[in-house]
Amino acid sequence: MSWKNYFSTSIGKKIQMSLTGLFLILFLIVHCYINAQIFWNDGGEKFKEAAHFMGTNFVIRTIEIGLFAFLILHMVQGLLLWSRNRARRNTRYAVSAGNATSKWYSRSMALLGTLILLFLVVHLNAFWGPNRLSQTTGHGELDLYVMMRDEFQSVGFVAIYVFGCISLAWHLVHGFYSSFQTLGLTTNKYKTIIHGVGIGFSIIVPLIFALMPIAFFMGWIS
Amino acid sequence: MEHNSMNLTLKVWKQKNKNEKGRFETYQVKGISSEMSFLEMFDVLNEQLIAEGKEPIAFDHDCREGICGMCSMYINGRAHGPWHHTTTCQLHMREYKDGDTIVVEPWRASAFPVIKDLVVDRQAFDRIIQAGGYVSVNTGNAVDANAIPIEKHSADEAFASAACIGCGACVAACPNASAMLFVSAKVSHLAMLPQGDPERKIRAVNMVQQMDKEGFGSCTNIGACEAECPKGISLENIARLNREYLGSMLSGGSQNSI
Repeated sequence: MSWKNYFSTSIGKKIQMSLTGLFLILFLIVHCYINAQIFWNDGGEKFKEAAHFMGTNFVIRTIEIGLFAFLILHMVQGLLLWSRNRARRNTRYAVSAGNATSKWYSRSMALLGTLILLFLVVHLNAFWGPNRLSQTTGHGELDLYVMMRDEFQSVGFVAIYVFGCISLAWHLVHGFYSSFQTLGLTTNKYKTIIHGVGIGFSIIVPLIFALMPIAFFMGWIS
Repeated sequence: MEHNSMNLTLKVWKQKNKNEKGRFETYQVKGISSEMSFLEMFDVLNEQLIAEGKEPIAFDHDCREGICGMCSMYINGRAHGPWHHTTTCQLHMREYKDGDTIVVEPWRASAFPVIKDLVVDRQAFDRIIQAGGYVSVNTGNAVDANAIPIEKHSADEAFASAACIGCGACVAACPNASAMLFVSAKVSHLAMLPQGDPERKIRAVNMVQQMDKEGFGSCTNIGACEAECPKGISLENIARLNREYLGSMLSGGSQNSI
């Protein structure tokens, strides 16, 4: 059987979701580490240095293309799986088990993912888009630190970010463990560790992200 | 234990055949003993319907001792009712109180079409087994049972997976109507024994392809199947099926694959 056939069965599609999801998790770690440099409260010196490297390094810029490809694959495949899976039950139950047999966030991955996507539109439009546009039109890099400081003065904008981080956290609580389960790595020996690390990751990373707009808004960093 | 008798209201799915649209019918049953099983309560209702000259409700059942996998009722939103590790036939009426209303539906999945009332067609499971849930053995003299040494732990694990009775509660409970818990149990009990080893590279792939062809959904690791399985088949079986699948994928599979 060819690679294509292996990847197109129901398990094959889940492997696509798992691998792209794990790549996005790795991206979150790097993104979070770079942006957390603002917490040095040094007027953005350390952050600007890191952001300059990420925005101009050839290898990073190449991986960025892969990141978008994986993100799109994760979104498209996820939505296709959601719609196909829904169609597997023509008549719905009159009474459903609800939360008695499963967790709400496990059943709501498509919804949480869509909320994250809507957040991403706002987020990329505010920072990544203008910066890359400026770079490609020969105007050089923008000062992202100043842009953050200015943008995060608005309550509404900060609220969108906090809401995005909450959606991300719940998406990760299921997604982190699920990606390992799909790869068959959740044996009795490792499942407790994977579960624990997954929940820790789902709380810590979105929390650090959410603290960034809050810190600018509250004036903790300037 | 307290013994009592109760009157109940039942809302049961009635459907003439595969093509007809179904609907809920409401019935009253009186004097149901707390000692009765859920199916015995249905027997009482059916006797009552026959006496009234009405058509009884069709439902699947056979052994009535929790091992055959025939009974299949979705009771108040739960596959096989609210009890843990219990089939419908082993659910007893002491769970309910006088005056309760109970909603009973058939398993709902596109791959399990309703034949009549609460009876669904589960032959899709048989076709998945035919696609690879076996070991090929040349006929001849019966081999000594202990000719192949098997570690106790593997034997126990294989037995735990083999406990699956193929009732389909996993499919009924899954929001995606996925059959992964069933297929993974069937792949697992062979994957853990040396007898299953020669065909392992084609087994998982062929069974998964048949599962897809039958119109079951895909697994999203929600875990409702494990919560509702009357035999306690664990999600670890699904992880093992995923490993078997990846093993076949990464090693190039077998020429016998579909």
